[in-house]
Amino acid sequence: MPLPSEKEEIWRYSPIDAFDLDRYVPVGEEQRDRPIQSGRSSASWIAPEELAPGIVAVTANGWLQRVDRVEAPGSVVVRSALDLDASPPAFGAVLSDVDAFVCMNDAFHPGSVVLEVPAGVQMDAPIVVVHLVEPEGLDGAPAIFPRMTVEVGEGARARLVELLVARSDPGVALVVPVTELRVGEKGDLSYVAVQQLGTRTWHIARLCGEVEREGRLRTLTVGLGATYDRSRSDVTAKGEGAATELRSAYFGSDTQVHDVRTIQEHAAPRTTSDLLCKGAVAQESRSIYSGLIRIRHGATKSNAMQTNHNLVLDQRSHADSVPNLDIEENDVRCSHASSVGPIDEDQRYYIESRGVPPERAERLIVLGFFDDLIDRSPMPEAMTAVRRQIGERVVRALASRSAPPGDVCD
Amino acid sequence: MTALETPERSLHDDGASLSVRGLRAEVRGKVVVQGVDLEVRRGEVQVLMGPNGSGKSTFAHALMGRPGTRVTAGSITIGGHELVGLPSWERARAGLFLALQDPIEVPGVRLGPMLEEALGEPVEARLRAEAAAIGFDVRMLERSLNVDLSGGEKKRNEMVQLGVLRPPFCVLDEIDSGLDVDALGAVAARLERATTEWGLGVVAVTHFTRLLSVLHPDVVHVMIGGRIVATGGPELADQLEATGYGTFSDGVPGSEQ
Repeated sequence: MPLPSEKEEIWRYSPIDAFDLDRYVPVGEEQRDRPIQSGRSSASWIAPEELAPGIVAVTANGWLQRVDRVEAPGSVVVRSALDLDASPPAFGAVLSDVDAFVCMNDAFHPGSVVLEVPAGVQMDAPIVVVHLVEPEGLDGAPAIFPRMTVEVGEGARARLVELLVARSDPGVALVVPVTELRVGEKGDLSYVAVQQLGTRTWHIARLCGEVEREGRLRTLTVGLGATYDRSRSDVTAKGEGAATELRSAYFGSDTQVHDVRTIQEHAAPRTTSDLLCKGAVAQESRSIYSGLIRIRHGATKSNAMQTNHNLVLDQRSHADSVPNLDIEENDVRCSHASSVGPIDEDQRYYIESRGVPPERAERLIVLGFFDDLIDRSPMPEAMTAVRRQIGERVVRALASRSAPPGDVCD
Repeated sequence: MTALETPERSLHDDGASLSVRGLRAEVRGKVVVQGVDLEVRRGEVQVLMGPNGSGKSTFAHALMGRPGTRVTAGSITIGGHELVGLPSWERARAGLFLALQDPIEVPGVRLGPMLEEALGEPVEARLRAEAAAIGFDVRMLERSLNVDLSGGEKKRNEMVQLGVLRPPFCVLDEIDSGLDVDALGAVAARLERATTEWGLGVVAVTHFTRLLSVLHPDVVHVMIGGRIVATGGPELADQLEATGYGTFSDGVPGSEQ
């Protein structure tokens, strides 16, 4: 399968034509029993403990190393697919559009991390999976392929956090995660993925979800690290009355590129999807958002919403926003909204006119821009750390600029 | 202006006044305010009336230093301290507050944190007290600034901010637009109380006499064509009510713009 090209709609505006596959070496079997020292997951700015988790699992370079059960129903299991002696989940069953990166993950992933929440089991404590990128001892620029497969059974409920973390800056690296989420009838899954990789890493992630009748899937992806951060989320409301909710946030600085693609697919009647994606770009960074609402024939009385807002904080930064609709049914409701622009002048004036200095006013507005999304996150307890981290990035980016545009022309 | 001599009002009369002299201001190259003089003392209520397009709102924003509103001549002082040339946040800190006709929505920003940035100290208790005083649902304090608020709630929100910040002077731009009778009464009562509580000096900008049924001004000005063409007591508003602005615009240069 050839590498994708910028000419394809789903890669439009991306820097994928500059991608050089030959420079990367997939990590091999020798990584399987890599010892993990305690405390290594502390490289993450979200400490798993902070989330009061029920289960914490740690992978290193994709290999599942450790599963700590704090408090969880016995039937909820996290294990490596390598340890399953029969009928491993059908990998790729939810992938509707396989590309070269998914193929690479298929070929090189070191056994999927499998989470099973059986029918009727309800677990409220988050399950946290920390994927560590461990550069030491690797030859060349490593390519790492984490894989995660999640099955939430009929009437079951669970909450999952995936943290993608570089323990130290691995230099040039490629990280290609694939995560598959299946939510059974009347099941309920909340999912948060936070990407905090190193500054010379290409991160090309694929998230696929499918939801059966009256089930609910809520996701949030947060992209802060990497030099090229791509996160594609394809979510299908498969059964009648299924509900999906997608949230996505990114913050760019230096020369980062954040690239968020979403597909909200409605395959059954009375399904709903609600997407909110917000990002800010500072310095020479840029972002791409493209989203597709696809309503299949027969998905009557479905309701889809798609909203993308971008703040462009510097003259050298740039954001593209491309909403798309593909509707094969008449009796549906769809709405989309998008915006790209600098900090709103009227908002600045309003806040400054209350006695708030310009740099503080801008900080309030940019943090508020993200709080508006954070307040609608599927997992509030994970948001304290996300908010703190975004706050630090915002403060640094705003401070690095020359003085904000003057606000008095007398 | 007998009200000024009541003991409560004089308590706060520190001699500082809001003083506007020969103010000219333009927006996008068009001169809108054509030489305005105004003097407001602490505890005093003045109303600036005028038809649409008379320059009242531009005048209000020129006082606050809105970007795009350019002062080309004149001065604005509080207690002798010049505001022209200062950014709006410094004008606010010098003692001026502008209540907007249509307060801006700021998603994700709550009132408390914004006022704490303005004052540099916790405001939670005062915020709750002020919300109660104006009949602003305290649950709204947890919402984003002005987002999904009705017109009346937005104006009450402005009054909550006024009460927490307690500036010496407040300019209200069309505070009565979009308000029902109850909300207008609540806003006016709050302003009247503020004139004695901390000696707030008020300039209320409006084109309706409706405001004057609930807010009792010491001084009424009529602005037409960017100039103040008449100044008097409350009886001036009665005259306006009876005859409209037409009688005032006769012979006023620039009033037909």
